[in-house]
Amino acid sequence: MAFPHRPDAPELPDFSMLKRLARDQLIYLLEQQHEVDKLYKVENKPALSSNEQLCFLVRPRIKNMRYIASLVNSDKLAGRTRKYKVIFSPQKFYACEMVLEEEGIYGDVSCDEWAFSLLPLDVDLLSMELPEFFRDYFLEGDQRWINTVAQALHLLSTLYGPFPNCYGIGRCAKMAYELWRNLEEEEDGETKGRRPEIGHIFLLDRDVDFVTALCSQVVYEGLVDDTFRIKCGSVDFGPEVTSSDKSLKVLLNAEDKVFNEIRNEHFSNVFGFLSQKARNLQAQYDRRRGMDIKQMKNFVSQELKGLKQEHRLLSLHIGACESIMKKKTKQDFQELIKTEHALLEGFNIRESTSYIEEHIDRQVSPIESLRLMCLLSITENGLIPKDYRSLKTQYLQSYGPEHLLTFSNLRRAGLLTEQAPGDTLTAVESKVSKLVTDKAAGKITDAFSSLAKRSNFRAISKKLNLIPRVDGEYDLKVPRDMAYVFSGAYVPLSCRIIEQVLERRSWQGLDEVVRLLNCSDFAFTDMTKEDKASSESLRLILVVFLGGCTFSEISALRFLGREKGYRFIFLTTAVTNSARLMEAMSEVKA
Amino acid sequence: MNRTKGDEEEYWNSSKFKAFTFDDEDDELSQLKESKRAVNSLRDFVDDDDDDDLERVSWSGEPVGSRTRPGSFQSLSDALSDTPAKSYAPELGRPKGEYRDYSNDWSPSDTVRRLRKGKVCSLERFRSLQDKLQLLEEAVSMHDGNVITAVLIFLKRTLSKEILFRELEVRQVALRHLIHFLKEIGDQKLLLDLFRFLDRTEELALSHYREHLNIQDPDKRKEFLKTCVGLPFSAEDSAHIQDHYTLLERQIIIEANDRHLESAGQTEIFRKHPRKASILNMPLVTTLFYSCFYHYTEAEGTFSSPINLKKTFKIPDKQYVLTALAARAKLRAWNDVDALFTTKNWLGYTKKRAPIGFHRVVEILHKNNAPVQILQEYVNLVEDVDTKLNLATKFKCHDVVIDTYRDLKDRQQLLAYRSKVDKGSAEEEKIDALLSSSQIRWKN
Repeated sequence: MAFPHRPDAPELPDFSMLKRLARDQLIYLLEQQHEVDKLYKVENKPALSSNEQLCFLVRPRIKNMRYIASLVNSDKLAGRTRKYKVIFSPQKFYACEMVLEEEGIYGDVSCDEWAFSLLPLDVDLLSMELPEFFRDYFLEGDQRWINTVAQALHLLSTLYGPFPNCYGIGRCAKMAYELWRNLEEEEDGETKGRRPEIGHIFLLDRDVDFVTALCSQVVYEGLVDDTFRIKCGSVDFGPEVTSSDKSLKVLLNAEDKVFNEIRNEHFSNVFGFLSQKARNLQAQYDRRRGMDIKQMKNFVSQELKGLKQEHRLLSLHIGACESIMKKKTKQDFQELIKTEHALLEGFNIRESTSYIEEHIDRQVSPIESLRLMCLLSITENGLIPKDYRSLKTQYLQSYGPEHLLTFSNLRRAGLLTEQAPGDTLTAVESKVSKLVTDKAAGKITDAFSSLAKRSNFRAISKKLNLIPRVDGEYDLKVPRDMAYVFSGAYVPLSCRIIEQVLERRSWQGLDEVVRLLNCSDFAFTDMTKEDKASSESLRLILVVFLGGCTFSEISALRFLGREKGYRFIFLTTAVTNSARLMEAMSEVKA
Repeated sequence: MNRTKGDEEEYWNSSKFKAFTFDDEDDELSQLKESKRAVNSLRDFVDDDDDDDLERVSWSGEPVGSRTRPGSFQSLSDALSDTPAKSYAPELGRPKGEYRDYSNDWSPSDTVRRLRKGKVCSLERFRSLQDKLQLLEEAVSMHDGNVITAVLIFLKRTLSKEILFRELEVRQVALRHLIHFLKEIGDQKLLLDLFRFLDRTEELALSHYREHLNIQDPDKRKEFLKTCVGLPFSAEDSAHIQDHYTLLERQIIIEANDRHLESAGQTEIFRKHPRKASILNMPLVTTLFYSCFYHYTEAEGTFSSPINLKKTFKIPDKQYVLTALAARAKLRAWNDVDALFTTKNWLGYTKKRAPIGFHRVVEILHKNNAPVQILQEYVNLVEDVDTKLNLATKFKCHDVVIDTYRDLKDRQQLLAYRSKVDKGSAEEEKIDALLSSSQIRWKN
């Protein structure tokens, strides 16, 4: 349990600096306003405050502007004068200003920016908390957040030194990288001469690997996220977990000692671990019997608090496990996992298809049904037209006709497509994809999206050996590879790519894989001749997930790090999972 | 899905990774429960004072609400004093927007770079088409979506839409930004014009159809959907749109009728089972369930009858049976359930048949608390012996289990099962009688 890091593993950089920096910036901005005493959540309802000034801290979105405009304009109508300030985080967009201008309140409100884009959720995890990145870029093709990513990378390199080795894959990764380089050049000199703390940086687009993000998670932290939804590093455990009548908001990070030991474990190991812990705890409490006064005094003053803390954490996680077990048993998780594994391995496709069909017919869950269809589509290079039609029809009948729009979104994003009939298309396809990539202007037009984004999962899986061949039983207690995060059935594609590139220090020998990923023009390496990098820093790797990463991927890379003596640091636009991806594509609000 | 027990065995036996089971109540969960009891028993000893440690959420867990009190304010230089680099909050005191720039001779590439930095920068001097397009191309090559959109806003204002559309057609990245921008600000008219110009008929149709989501009034929504019917969808989607319209049309009629029936209080079913929600805007399957629940026996001629829905929307047999079964079982109308699966052949013999597999039927019946006699009947119809035994054991259909072991001539299993039935019950007697029978040639 809880594998220790190798003794030679590098230290993690100190991210608390980021928190302090962000906090102080915000305080500074608020101090400029006099007496900001309370912050309200921006909701679409009239502000109740009778204050003479209003300050809004918002994401730069049109609908927030419209809300503010209606508020200011109704004040104007009522003949009321107040001061208004809008603080955009992480930055202001021109489209927002345009709306303020159109609504006639430009000049009535003053604007500011709070460049807060890196929230340290844990010692090794930074989140930009931009879940909208996924839909904005991968569905709409809007590049508004690329500058935000570049700014964040710039901040990191100013704080922790330059990154001597850079790798990346994906169109967005490449653009973010280029923009960041431009930025560094413009603000030349800041990082020069600094010793690098982080030896490698790896940028990866979410659409390089949709499959991993679509799988059910079975590592504890991932399972907690799938079941209870971790928000901003904390989770609300309801009464069914706390075994009391109230809910509890719990921070989940390395500081929770119990959680830290089980977070990366396959769920099947967690029970045993918690039982053992409970027995140990009992034994420690039992020691108080037969203590004399002095010993007891010592016990109470020194150990009791720690034990109580551990006791609380333990009962919480036991409660969470119990609740997960109940839910999963009810929804026949066993059968679901079996279907997913069959899809990953590519056998019994007919059976899996009818499993999905039944799922839909019984109205089990709109999001789950959608997820399974996407998994089928990506692993099979699209659904055969007959299945596509019939599953879509049944889906619309079960969950509502307006999901027609959701299907259109999924097709555009390449998540759920229909196989083009006949083999004759391969010729056209290669022509088209050549044409499309040649055109600097852009990758795809809608008409060809399904062609340009063939997933080729089966071929990639073979090339990269994603389905481990194991004789005998896969011992989940002693994982032998990253596949343990999916019960030994599948090595996450994203993590495998990272592993392979780090091993080679380049993309050399991976040409075929890169081609199959449709990323021939978007896989890059950039090494600076940097002899100042210590060997320790060269084992520290920053992985940047554009469009979100899952806890399973984080666990898998933590495992890889332990195996190879690396430490990984994660920067993601948001922590995601299959349900969040599907909801982002769904046109109908749940 | 008719996956047999045999297949499952084979899958798991041949598979290389060990399955962990969520439903193996016997070991892990009970182990867990034990631990929980152990931990809870400690509560008396520890549960005294502070509820602190877990509920206190640190700064990172509570992003905005917890402003530091003025006393604890740390100046920027305090915060940075221990770091080597000093330059990462360069423009803190001077909001970027305040940088005004009245210079007129920035090149397109300089202009774009200034825009990226958030500086206010006039674009008015880019008047020739060539200049405008160069500006756009610079923005695109810099990759910043915010700047691309800023330039597009300027182009949209200063170019006729024909010219704008024509130039964007060959600039896909910029085009996608304009489309997203128009969607966000809700300029539906220009968006539709754009799709029309690009000849993207399907997107045009979908975009128009999307508007129905903003219409709350059911009649207005229905009228709007009517306008969608003729739009250039794919053949397949056209059928879905037509169905959507027809469905809402029916729902409006059913809703008016049933609301009236319910408030009149004369109809038994509505009195016994008051409606929980309106049927308007519900999916087809939900509507079918509703109709099987409240209008099961109605003749095909009425809009609310299940058969009418089935025919109008070409609902597949499987889906129909599944839904009707759930609805009738919920009402405990076992005769209707029976009738659902009874078919007569041409000689007049009756036979039980289920398009969804009897194991599913049993599960649904069990979920609706069907009595054992009913369950038993359907468990018996499950063809695969292993599945049958599994279900019978799970749902305590003792007779089925006993008879099956008898038919399998499995004395050992029967003996083992004896311990699971109540002492002195009819089942125990039955087992004893079988075990002492001399007419069965046991295989073990």
